[in-house]
Amino acid sequence: MIQSTGPTPDNMDEAVPKSGAARVQLAPVQLARVQLEGARKQALDMGRSRLLVTGAVIMMAFAAISVRLVDLMVLGGAREPGIEQARFKPQAPVVRGDIVDRNGILVATSLPTASLYADSAMVLDAGEATDQLLSILPDLNRANLLAKLKSKRRFVWLRRNLTPDQHYDVNRLGIPGLGFQTEERRVYPHGSLFAHVVGLTDRDGNGVAGVERYFDGVLDGNPETLRLSLDVRVQSLVHEELSNTVNKFNAIGGAAVVMDVKTGELISMVSLPDFDPNSPSSAVGDAIFNRASKGVYEMGSTFKLFTAAMALDAGTVDIGGGYDASEPIRIARFTISDYHGKNRWLSVPEILIHSSNIGSAKMAVDVGTERQQGYLRNLGMLSPSEIELPEVGNPLKPATWREINTMTISYGHGIAVSPLQMTSGVSTVVNGGLRHPATLLAYDGKETVESERVFSSTTSLQLRGLMRLVVSQGTGKNAEVPGYMVGGKTGTSDKQGGGGYERDKRIASFVAAFPINDPRYVVLVLVDEPKGIKETFNYATGGWVAAPAVGRIIAGMGPLLGVPTVQMAALDDSTPEGFIKAWEQTFEAR
Amino acid sequence: MNTIARTDTSIVGRWWWTVDRWLLVMVASLAFFGAVLSLAASPAVAERIGLDTYHFVARQLVFLPVALMTMLGVSLLSARGVRRLALFVTVSAVILMVLTLIIGVEVKGATRWIRLGGFAIQPSEFVKPGFAVLAAWLFSQRRLDDRFPGYALATGLYLGIVALLALQPDIGMTFAVSAVWFVQFFLAGLPLMIVVVLGVALLASTVGAYFVFDHVQARVDQFLDPSSGGGYQVTRSLEALRNGGLFGRGPGEGRIKEVLPDAHADFILAVAGEEFGLIVCLVLVILFAGIVLRGISRAFQDDDLFIMLGVAGLMVQFALQAIINMASTLNMMPPKGMTLPFISYGGSSTLAMGIGMGMALALTRTRPGARRLS
Repeated sequence: MIQSTGPTPDNMDEAVPKSGAARVQLAPVQLARVQLEGARKQALDMGRSRLLVTGAVIMMAFAAISVRLVDLMVLGGAREPGIEQARFKPQAPVVRGDIVDRNGILVATSLPTASLYADSAMVLDAGEATDQLLSILPDLNRANLLAKLKSKRRFVWLRRNLTPDQHYDVNRLGIPGLGFQTEERRVYPHGSLFAHVVGLTDRDGNGVAGVERYFDGVLDGNPETLRLSLDVRVQSLVHEELSNTVNKFNAIGGAAVVMDVKTGELISMVSLPDFDPNSPSSAVGDAIFNRASKGVYEMGSTFKLFTAAMALDAGTVDIGGGYDASEPIRIARFTISDYHGKNRWLSVPEILIHSSNIGSAKMAVDVGTERQQGYLRNLGMLSPSEIELPEVGNPLKPATWREINTMTISYGHGIAVSPLQMTSGVSTVVNGGLRHPATLLAYDGKETVESERVFSSTTSLQLRGLMRLVVSQGTGKNAEVPGYMVGGKTGTSDKQGGGGYERDKRIASFVAAFPINDPRYVVLVLVDEPKGIKETFNYATGGWVAAPAVGRIIAGMGPLLGVPTVQMAALDDSTPEGFIKAWEQTFEAR
Repeated sequence: MNTIARTDTSIVGRWWWTVDRWLLVMVASLAFFGAVLSLAASPAVAERIGLDTYHFVARQLVFLPVALMTMLGVSLLSARGVRRLALFVTVSAVILMVLTLIIGVEVKGATRWIRLGGFAIQPSEFVKPGFAVLAAWLFSQRRLDDRFPGYALATGLYLGIVALLALQPDIGMTFAVSAVWFVQFFLAGLPLMIVVVLGVALLASTVGAYFVFDHVQARVDQFLDPSSGGGYQVTRSLEALRNGGLFGRGPGEGRIKEVLPDAHADFILAVAGEEFGLIVCLVLVILFAGIVLRGISRAFQDDDLFIMLGVAGLMVQFALQAIINMASTLNMMPPKGMTLPFISYGGSSTLAMGIGMGMALALTRTRPGARRLS
């Protein structure tokens, strides 16, 4: 009731006239009462209608809250694009596909781990939190950790990839402001075995080298498995032999490649020194350099295979022909001489067996600069390999290709290619003359293998005979493996340094195919700066350094891959020419 | 149940037959939930900050009965008694607020607390119910008698209180007081033109707060752009609610209380949702809505303008606090620290709520001779 102003009810009662005669004219007090009553009614009516509006708005708010509760808690949806995704994006499991070898053996995989971060603005006592965390993660730096926890930054990593025990212990501390994000850690079960070819990822799971980087777009967020052409068993064998050789000859490094000549698939690729991709801190300096695909080297005499093949294929000389190698060639200010000089006329087989630079140079001059370039281009020697790796070396070739260049290139000088390119080229020479692009992906037998003819099958057959001769009679005897009919070619070249070639820093290599009558695989071993040892009479040439390693690799991988041994009647090998003739009759060109 | 005879004319007897028992039951239920949830949320928080496990529980279990007793005591008052109490409470609270600015304790950048005889109290909590009733009286007087400067007095009182709040600073409380003042002014017949102008002014001051107060800006920015990395408590509480589902993880099974500093206070709804599920959350919302609806409908029926405005003001303040708290937890608005009435931990807020509800109960009591709208 209204009590503070206006007349009290008692007063009003008194004021109201008792007689009905006064009805016509209202007394002033009565008028005031009617006015008051009118104002009150008007105010109440307006108040009520406005109160309805107010009540309705409030009820709508409660209804909205109820709807939101149901939506959030039961329908679960409402992952509103804003807060959820932005906030939880790194939390979502990063799925990265596994990498396996050709037989399905795991080469790289991802394991879920928890990573610890801090919302440092929420950390109540940074000092105490630091003490508690250090009791569980003693390897963290105290000053660094304290600074992070005091930084007031809303997101700061404290430690990536905790072990499950550490995760549990840190969680138990219940320190406000700490949180975990589920991450994936890339694991390489074979350690350094595939270091260069498979590569590695950074801590955020992005591929930074090798296949991991080349196929980053495919692997990232795609749980499907990537199957490589590599074979863990062969890789392991090759890695061991190459390591032994590099150590034995105190070399600074080495590279080895094994290729399936019928498809271009790489069975093995090793580069030394290497690193363990499980501890990326070891991936520094020379260790990350892939000598097999990125390194380019003057290959030396192994190039003579290409020279002989192009000369026979072009018909500028036939297998019975030869060149006079009695005198060194003097051209411009250079002299071309032989390392194992015979100082006489040499037949084509003899030029290969004795690795005559003079004979090769003369053979190349007959082929001609233009045709030499054409064959080398078709062999893939003049452009970077199209392998599925980001680390691919650019071949070095003469800017202007004069006759002197044609001559030096014929025996592998003045041109630098990668071991991978070399292996691929030799595959083309021995497989019937077809070039298959090198690949790290396994064929499943359904796809047709891309191929391009470079040499005739007859040329390929003749070259196989020549390569066999090099191993049975020439510089490659150390690569012989009974039963596997190894054919190959040695290569030794001085490395360039300063203004010219250095005699004591060389590249020793050997490239072989087996079984040479119908080759399945090409194996190349290259050793960077081997030093001669007593056992090799201080020689550090391809035949002494690389050939034995290739032999042991073939002896190991032949049975492993089910390559049948060859039983064949002895061919007439009293003279090289006679051997090639018998060879050609035994294995007719297909 | 009716052990009190209709003819009983003692104070308690008359109270029993005139008080709104529905409202009473709903408030008591809310307080019961508050006690249970305090047991659920507080121990983890207390342990984490190194206090005795039941530090908060023990205190809240004192606050709640005291608040309920206060509520019952206040509800015994007549309308005139309520007015006098409101005047007393408001004057004391304003004096304490002034003192707070001088000798108050600064917590997290704001000076809102004052130590009185071993208790830290937050005077601004008490000014809310007091102001609602005082303003209602001033407005209703002006409405019935044009000569009474009710609008000016109410607005002056409002501005004075808001000035004190802004100095602390306490944006949430300022907003709550402003909303009560505005709604009462609106109900008292403010011309619609001025309603629009004031609405715009309120909007403008909200935008102004964004630019003047850094912490307001930070919270709004986080709400608008969650990728800026903030909203830790809100993110966690959404996660907790999702984990709760329909029936919750079960009492004691919640995890959010272990990580949120304010799990027992501003984010208690997330604890409730995680442990007890959607059904309990909805029951809480229904209780809040029911109390407000009941109060407003009683106000609607009453033919006394002062009572209508007073009850409406108290109910709006109660509703606003519940809505802002729950909407913040549910990420429907930028987070604003406000307690959930009778549920969140806090002595001052619980006691002030008891006073406010007691006033509402007293004002909504049926009065002999009062005409009611049927």
